[in-house]
Amino acid sequence: MVVQLSHPHREVEIKGPKRVREMLRDLNLVVEAHLVIRGEELLTEDEVIADADHIEIRPVISGGSLQ
Amino acid sequence: MNCTKCPISTKAVIGLPRHNAAFCKACFTTFVHEQVARAIKSQKMFSKDDRILVAVSGGKDSLALWHILLQLGYRADALYVNLGIGDYSARSHEKVQRFAETVGATYGATLLVHVVEQEEGAGIRELSNMLHRPTCSTCGTMKRYQFNRAAVEQEYDVMATGHNLDDEAARLLGNVLHWQEEYLEKQGPTLPASVEGFAKKVKPLYRLSERELAAYSVVNKIDYIVEECPMAKGSKTLLYKEVLNRLETESPGTKQRFYWGFLEKQSRGERAPASMEEKDQRTLHPCQTCGQPTSADICSYCKMMAKAKTATPQ
Repeated sequence: MVVQLSHPHREVEIKGPKRVREMLRDLNLVVEAHLVIRGEELLTEDEVIADADHIEIRPVISGGSLQ
Repeated sequence: MNCTKCPISTKAVIGLPRHNAAFCKACFTTFVHEQVARAIKSQKMFSKDDRILVAVSGGKDSLALWHILLQLGYRADALYVNLGIGDYSARSHEKVQRFAETVGATYGATLLVHVVEQEEGAGIRELSNMLHRPTCSTCGTMKRYQFNRAAVEQEYDVMATGHNLDDEAARLLGNVLHWQEEYLEKQGPTLPASVEGFAKKVKPLYRLSERELAAYSVVNKIDYIVEECPMAKGSKTLLYKEVLNRLETESPGTKQRFYWGFLEKQSRGERAPASMEEKDQRTLHPCQTCGQPTSADICSYCKMMAKAKTATPQ
């Protein structure tokens, strides 16, 4: 599967099938800080991603001033 | 994973461990709306008659906030401050403009725009260099000032920002780590218009995490700017959020307990505790068995030893 990542923008190839939870763990990414999207659909952690899928892992954390 | 709210089994789009729940698209949108409605009511933020000015940046939180308030039937206009950070500001401005035209306009809502370069003669980067101040700090001052001024001058009843649970928990952690007690007072979700010239400020998203708001934006097809502000790289906020998210993953509900717990204590008016001596004198008395000080009738040592005496050795 092709996985699109941000900050910086890049793509990585990962062998599927794989559960979302395992893919995030392999990439050392915290669930609470990311969304996993296939097409326009959000995937839950137990969802299985097929080898042919194109996936976006979108970071959800924004920074800046502490107000 | 199935929706925990739907009576028939519907596929969930998000799991929320801190609520021990999972929701389908429709139930998740309802959940988010309910959380915001609860925040508005419990913190006495505003009513359906009030004119609200939403501070929008083009990011997920502020656009989601504007979307939610309009959907809930509030009179909400928005203000965008273009900070002049090259392509980043151009792209975020475009996202806000498009949202205003495609969503805001259908509710009769207006978008106000303030361009920093036009009014101050330089963008935020140049201003920070001139002032020898960190960009995020200059940006914070600039936005607070412009949003407040617009809200007061245009006679809005209240100004709403998209600060979420993660923002507030990270800020609280920063203030506690540095013992900046004087800032804690201003950390509530509703700040009154304390003096002439200050607009009332509210944070209706304080009950929702960043991940929930990003998910709301995806589910509701809100086109927001995903890329991080180039100026925020390496900021303390990001570090505090990362630490809190690691704790949250190990122990769901940590961020909520941390910030909401603080708000509860604040609302009960719990100030600095009395001295240890005063507190001990008020709560402790002699143990009925041994006479040592205890808060119970029998001290924990005597209870433990009494239990040990009756226990059967293994």
